[in-house]
Amino acid sequence: MSGAPPAGPLRGLAPWAGGVALLVAVPAIFGHGFALLLYAECAIMVVLALSYNLLLGASGMLSFGHAVYSGCGAYAAIHVLNWIGRSHAALPVTLVPLVGGLGGLLAGATFGFLSTRRSGTAFAMITLGLGELVGACSLMFPGFFGGEGGISGNRTVGGNVFGVPGWNLGSDIQMDYLIGAWCLACVAGMRALLGTPLGRIANAVRDNPERAEFVGYSARQVRWLMLMASSFFAGIGGGLAALNFEIVTAENVGALRSGEMLLATFIGGAGYFHGPILGAVVFVFFAVALSQITKAWQLYLGLFFVVLVLKAPGGLADVAARFLAQARDGSLRRRAAGLGSMAGCLLLALLGLILLVELTYHRTLESEGEGMRLIGLGLDAARPLPWVAGATMLLGGGLVFRWLRRREAQALPRSYAGPSRAWWR
Amino acid sequence: MNLELALISALNGASYGLLLFMLSAGLTLIFSMMGVLNFAHASFYMLGAYGGYQISRWVGFWPGLLLSPLFIGLIGCGVERYGLRALHARGPVAELLFTFGLSYVIVELVQVIWGRPPVPYRLPAELDGTLFTVYTVDFPKARGFVMLVAALILGSLGAVLRYSRIGMVIQAALSHPRTAETLGHDVPRIHMLVFGGGTALAALAGSIGGALTVTEPNMGITIGAILFVVIVVGGMGSLAGAFIASLAIGEIDAFAKVIDRSPADLLGAVGLHVDPSNPLRAVLDVTVSQAAPVLPFLLLVVVLMVRPRGLMGKREDH
Repeated sequence: MSGAPPAGPLRGLAPWAGGVALLVAVPAIFGHGFALLLYAECAIMVVLALSYNLLLGASGMLSFGHAVYSGCGAYAAIHVLNWIGRSHAALPVTLVPLVGGLGGLLAGATFGFLSTRRSGTAFAMITLGLGELVGACSLMFPGFFGGEGGISGNRTVGGNVFGVPGWNLGSDIQMDYLIGAWCLACVAGMRALLGTPLGRIANAVRDNPERAEFVGYSARQVRWLMLMASSFFAGIGGGLAALNFEIVTAENVGALRSGEMLLATFIGGAGYFHGPILGAVVFVFFAVALSQITKAWQLYLGLFFVVLVLKAPGGLADVAARFLAQARDGSLRRRAAGLGSMAGCLLLALLGLILLVELTYHRTLESEGEGMRLIGLGLDAARPLPWVAGATMLLGGGLVFRWLRRREAQALPRSYAGPSRAWWR
Repeated sequence: MNLELALISALNGASYGLLLFMLSAGLTLIFSMMGVLNFAHASFYMLGAYGGYQISRWVGFWPGLLLSPLFIGLIGCGVERYGLRALHARGPVAELLFTFGLSYVIVELVQVIWGRPPVPYRLPAELDGTLFTVYTVDFPKARGFVMLVAALILGSLGAVLRYSRIGMVIQAALSHPRTAETLGHDVPRIHMLVFGGGTALAALAGSIGGALTVTEPNMGITIGAILFVVIVVGGMGSLAGAFIASLAIGEIDAFAKVIDRSPADLLGAVGLHVDPSNPLRAVLDVTVSQAAPVLPFLLLVVVLMVRPRGLMGKREDH
């Protein structure tokens, strides 16, 4: 965080205070079903995405198998939870996520020993292979992984927390506060880790492994240590998910889940500490909220991701930082009119795209009998008019947007766009 | 295991291995030339199957087999030209992320257009039936066809790369891009053609593989992971390594599927009986055929432990 504006000593604390206030206030204000579900999903995803970014952003390791660690943590947590239920052990259920963390750590130490021998593209491929290995094993050993049905548990077996009557984690709101507390602890822990010498050396290994080796650090060992730390936090996230849903299935270790963590982290911005937090919230919006509206939500998510990779590799956090910088030096106001018309064109193109995708999807599902409705409009997928309208909006909006952008780029000095943070090098 | 089963398994393994090599050859060529590991390669395999299905509904199977790879190859050229080329300066991670996102989008797009359930894509009637019979086991014509096509394509690919002018230019652009550029060759255009050619190969494998097995949106995901095992085990960027690893994985898969024995049986045969209450029993009771899907990945782990750069890999880094 170099180049932070020098200000009072409390300035760095403001985001933390805001985060705590948000974590405390949201369940209290929106205390009903869907909001609580969204809150829990967001907080868990924040932990997972941040732990993923210990690899991608901090150490330059692109992993396609992160769900192995969170999934092993989840399985460890659910097995210990059931063990508490059977033997009435004295371990409080509130500490079960920590067991998940240890499970993740164990998996990370074992698999990381193999995968961190290589870096770059080979590391990415190996994590993919190890992820598939664990995923395939999960259906072979139903004793531990629970087979197709998974393993379910009951989070109220530990009785009341701190002996307070009624605090048995039975209600969603109690569970949400537990998740919120663990989430906060994990965020603080990971922020602290990045400030330690290990975190700094991980950055050095990311930027130039050869130099780090010359200084006397083993790049492999640094990668391994960071992977263990990352898998520990991922395991906590998995343990929280196990407690929240009270079931762990083979999906928890699958490649799809790994991909989700990668998407969330990248969308938010791997170059910033707060990037994955932002990305987790956006991802949960796609996965939980948008999926209720359209079945093609994954297509939109994938397209959004590809566009970000091409046009804004720093993620949403980077886009926000640039706009803030421009707002500060006043250039945003000068650009306002141009930006407004560009946003309008993009919106038009987006609407056209949505129209085309939904029309195609409607035709594929062959639900001819029922008419199709989009944003309150009745549409007939059998007639050409909606298709032509969608294509026109997409092409027209896109072309005008390109023209506007070219014109603005010509009008502005060259240094205007500015290089974004090159964490991926 | 008797001789006839071993022979037929070896043939099945070779046909699967050759199909894998059709995929890994394109992937390896793209990787060694551009340093890009194309995560979406298996998605182009899937797209090739759907392309073959769609075209076969209009004009028949054989034109589809020809047109689908051509069409998907053009899409591949477009992906390189308008996506990857701009990302090249930003390094391999950006390119890997782009192709990862692309694989996600392709699967979803296919689901939007053709739906989630499998589509009825079949080989034509000419390829039904038996090619020859080994003792009592039949070897189907379809598998022989796969082997024939793969051998023909890969043979001609090798000949083109080694003896033709364009092949020489490709090799030059692969090893000495600057020099090739100085001599007046359009290296970015060669990149585009190689990428398109690789995707066309994947699509050809898909339009055969899809008809031979099942054409569904997830068919690329299953084979994609095995493909990356092939690449890492063979040594990244080595065509010969990819060939050996493809055949090895094909044979391992074919033989594992017919061995219905578990380690516990083996121990029992030498007089060691494992107690049912033994905690290792769950592992020892898994038969080799049950473990078949895991074996490629176990091979990956073993190779990584013994020889991290892969069978024929040269460089230790990246």
